[in-house]
Amino acid sequence: MEFFERFAVPNPNPAIYASMVAIVVVSLAIIIGLTYFKKWGYLWREWLTTVDHKKIGMMYLISAILMLFRGGVDALMLRAQLAVPDNKLLDPQHYNEVFSTHGIIMIIFMAMPFIFAFMNLVVPLQIGARDVAFPRLNAISFWLFAAGAMLLNISFVIGGSPDAGWTSYFPLAGTEFSESVGTNYYMIAIQISGIGSLMTGINMITTILKMRAPGMTLMKMPMFTWASFMACVIIIFAFPVLTIALLMGTTDRLFATNFFTTTNGGMDMLWANFFWVWGHPEVYILILPAFGIYSEVISTFSGRNLYGYKSMVGSMVIISLLSFLVWTHHFFTMGQGALTNSIFSISTMAIAVPTGVKIFNWLLTMWKGKIRFTVPMLYSIGFIPLFTVGGVTGVMLAMSAADYQYHNTMFLVAHFHNTIIPGVVFAMLAGLTYYWPKMFGFMLNERIGKWGFWFLSIGFVLAFFPMYITGLNGQARRMYTYSEATGFGPLNFVAFIGAGLMAISFCIIVYNIIYSFKNSPRNVGDDPWDARSLEWATHNPVPEYNFARTPHVASSEAFWDAKKRGHELFKGEIEEIHMPNNSGVPFIMGVIFFIAGFSFVFALWVPAVVGLIGIFACMLLRSFEKDDGRHISVEEIKATESTYGGAHS
Amino acid sequence: MKIDQTQPLEYSTHQNELNIFGFWIFLGAEIMLFATLFTAYFIMENRTGNGPTGPEIFEISPVLFETFILLTSSFTIGLMVHAMRIGHKKAMLAFLGITLALGLAFLSAEINEFIHYYHVGATYQTSGFTAALLTTLGTHGGHVTLGFFWGLCILIQVAKDGINPRTANKSFIFSLYWHFLDVVWIFIFSFIYLKGMM
Amino acid sequence: MKLKGALLLLFSMLVVILSGCEPLLVLDPKGPQAERQAHDILISIGIMAFIVVVVLVLLVYMLVKYRASKLPEDYEPPHIEGNPILEGILIGVPIIIVAFLSIVTVKSNYIVEDTPEGYEDQEPLVIYASTSNWKWHFSYPEQDIETVNYLYIPTNRPIEFKLYSFGPITSFWIPQLGGQKYAMADMVTTLHLAAETPGEYTGRNANFNGKGFAENTFTVTAMTQTEFDEWVDEVHETAQPLTEDEFNKLLKPGHLGRMTFTGTHLDFSPAPEHEHTADDEMDADHEMHSEHEMNSDHKMHSEHAAHE
Repeated sequence: MEFFERFAVPNPNPAIYASMVAIVVVSLAIIIGLTYFKKWGYLWREWLTTVDHKKIGMMYLISAILMLFRGGVDALMLRAQLAVPDNKLLDPQHYNEVFSTHGIIMIIFMAMPFIFAFMNLVVPLQIGARDVAFPRLNAISFWLFAAGAMLLNISFVIGGSPDAGWTSYFPLAGTEFSESVGTNYYMIAIQISGIGSLMTGINMITTILKMRAPGMTLMKMPMFTWASFMACVIIIFAFPVLTIALLMGTTDRLFATNFFTTTNGGMDMLWANFFWVWGHPEVYILILPAFGIYSEVISTFSGRNLYGYKSMVGSMVIISLLSFLVWTHHFFTMGQGALTNSIFSISTMAIAVPTGVKIFNWLLTMWKGKIRFTVPMLYSIGFIPLFTVGGVTGVMLAMSAADYQYHNTMFLVAHFHNTIIPGVVFAMLAGLTYYWPKMFGFMLNERIGKWGFWFLSIGFVLAFFPMYITGLNGQARRMYTYSEATGFGPLNFVAFIGAGLMAISFCIIVYNIIYSFKNSPRNVGDDPWDARSLEWATHNPVPEYNFARTPHVASSEAFWDAKKRGHELFKGEIEEIHMPNNSGVPFIMGVIFFIAGFSFVFALWVPAVVGLIGIFACMLLRSFEKDDGRHISVEEIKATESTYGGAHS
Repeated sequence: MKIDQTQPLEYSTHQNELNIFGFWIFLGAEIMLFATLFTAYFIMENRTGNGPTGPEIFEISPVLFETFILLTSSFTIGLMVHAMRIGHKKAMLAFLGITLALGLAFLSAEINEFIHYYHVGATYQTSGFTAALLTTLGTHGGHVTLGFFWGLCILIQVAKDGINPRTANKSFIFSLYWHFLDVVWIFIFSFIYLKGMM
Repeated sequence: MKLKGALLLLFSMLVVILSGCEPLLVLDPKGPQAERQAHDILISIGIMAFIVVVVLVLLVYMLVKYRASKLPEDYEPPHIEGNPILEGILIGVPIIIVAFLSIVTVKSNYIVEDTPEGYEDQEPLVIYASTSNWKWHFSYPEQDIETVNYLYIPTNRPIEFKLYSFGPITSFWIPQLGGQKYAMADMVTTLHLAAETPGEYTGRNANFNGKGFAENTFTVTAMTQTEFDEWVDEVHETAQPLTEDEFNKLLKPGHLGRMTFTGTHLDFSPAPEHEHTADDEMDADHEMHSEHEMNSDHKMHSEHAAHE
């Protein structure tokens, strides 16, 4: 029985017990449901073993939305606790666990899968390819993400969740000051998920550089593909730094090494440096695909080509490069001295220039256009002023002497939410609505979608703009409470109302999905939005092989040219198509990673080593595998095409 | 599968091309991985706490042995690729086998080295310096170990199936990996051992 | 519909800008460093507000003029690739703004890392501020007294805070006197402040360090030099000396109220400062052990003068 004590939650409370019960009940319900409806075979064949980029994209999407829910609930709890002074809703330990989990989940397990969802879904279609370069590796990427996400998500009911912040600074995150296994979960879950991300980076870069349709030179690629490409380049160079940092954090905690200790030659500042050398590029990994979506949406719903294609590409290249040269601005106050701080102040402010170029280019895309106020366009329109505010507060924070006052206050919290929510989340929701017909063959309801947008936008402003003020008034971040004398109460209460509105918007969005699933007509055709790029040149939902014939491209708006200027996209006869086979190995590898990861968290060395061996066994299996995929016959393709009405055969 | 007869076998199909390209990108990520380790090492080099310093524990002979072995193995794997290109299966297997044997010799020497460090008081837990040193050497050694088993799998596959586009592609990619590890070792040799012993 | 959103945004911005009229701590400076920082902040708010307004005006213009409902059915939007002159302006103006703010901030960076302007000829008052979970220990080596969780300082005197921690990284912050700086366990950082108005100010740890973080605060009372000297004398008359045992008890995790002692803990528990030669002054540019150099491929070299 003593063996099982290690799995106990160190700081239990009713909410955690309730969650334990809920998890068991829901898991049982899922198992029973699958058995009763005899869907295990379907689940295995169609989803758990798929290597299809579209299905993998959908799985990322579902995961992201689930994680948005959990991260959002965390946020509501935080805002509720801070709504009034001296509140007793959450005790400090619980509060620390909630805000740490909130940050980790939102960035690593909500935003990352969200962008990967669209990269997977859209990029191969936008370049006229049949899948990504390495479909098996793609599946592994997803299952590693899932394993990492599952690991982090059960921490709060088994062993205790991380509680040192999403940045997990040492020595606070060391074994002396963070005694529970929470930080072990942090190190290992993010590590596993990070491996998946790196693989996606390799996959997408190879796909984009090597599998474009004939005629699509680099400067004729759609902007979302360019954005995804640059984001993946950043991934290649940034994630290995995190890999090493997490490895060192793990050995410090599990094997008593002295990387980040304060004795025996350890250097606690090294964690902060490595973390942010990864951490800053990470936020650009998140924002670039978002920018890509805005480019697609704004150009489509303005009825105009994207203004300044070349400068859009150039600005993303510069942003990617600069993103590696600014990391110290996350700890200006760590004692580097005026010279170092000045260098990083300037490099940080410099990023505003290419970003500004993009904002103006989007505005100029609307210029002389024919603007339609669809839900995706509303999110893009809301993005422009709100993200600009977030961006300019970033320039303010970049001034390091002033940052000595802003640092670690609610001003900072306001800034990064002001860039991530209007920046990334709005784009993801715009993308969700825009690409929904492509995934499922029906549209999300516009009216309900608009309600969701307004609740989110107004809720966002109410929730976060007051934080700029309370930050300037001395409210530090990560404080579980404050006294009435500080005067933080009223604005924090406003923020709580805002958070409530945002919660309602999430419910509206989910309701929209359910409502539309039940009521939306299914005959939306291939081009419901009158769009411009190649992904709309095939059917909705997309057939397994994407395009019946490989498209030929002559401009950056191949589909628009085909519609309006008589460009012939599809020439020649239909030929049989080679497709990869499904495989259970990625899923199994994910499971083994989860088991091995869990064992490492609790220092259960035998299952950990067995797990590691299992992983290598999977790799061995793959090495000896001789699977050349299968072929879809011409008859089968023609039959599938005719079910859509054959508009593009 | 369309085979392009004008290309070397390892590049001869579209998927083969993709595999090689993707692997180069992976190597780019690996460069960043080792760059981070080296950065940590340079920062921690003098943070020896109460433990020994580099000059106190480094021994030139084993390091020279390891270097010679690994560099030679890069040469032999080059010979392997050459044999593969001219279709000599037996020669290819022989050179691959020698490469792997040399890799094993490298690993034994390195394990010995680690045992020596343990005995002279430079354990993993001793100081920031030892943590950085042993993690850097260990990550490289871990990569070599993985490479050994990977190479063994390829050897078995070539022995069974001969030289064809699939096995040629795998062998070539493996050679890229092995050469990369050798380049990393040159940095280790120069900037950890040599610099540490001066 | 769009107008509603724009108005809401404008209102929110106004609140932010108008905050300068309300006594927000950071914008209510009581010392020269905080004044310089408030000056930077207000300049940047002004310029940034201008940028936001420009973007908003352009957006509203585009939406109002080019919305599909007000355009003819058959209107075909033109294909526009780009305009080098326009783009030149759109890149040039931000560059000028960034350059201007860079100059301002670089100047400020050196100001906040040094003795405040006008105080260079005075002897600074050195106070060691250290944290242990979750309290502040203030050691006055010159006066040979130590306080817990409260600071008394003289006005119009440069103060050199030597910051460090007995545990996790913390951050010493008195918003109305100046910005914060990290306090860490393996090195000492220096923060230069001065108070020009007598009064009571809040101070706190601004870097999360666990369960007791929210209560890791302290009060700062600024008074005239005479009053300060009187207080020091009073402490010497009334307070108990700080023994090593007593101090070790204080270090245990928990919260304490205010305490006062004679003597400081530096005698038996010195700060983690690197030894310097006699003529090596601790001023901004000589923080050798914390200066990081950068070389071109992102490698970081930290030249720690190894004085262990």
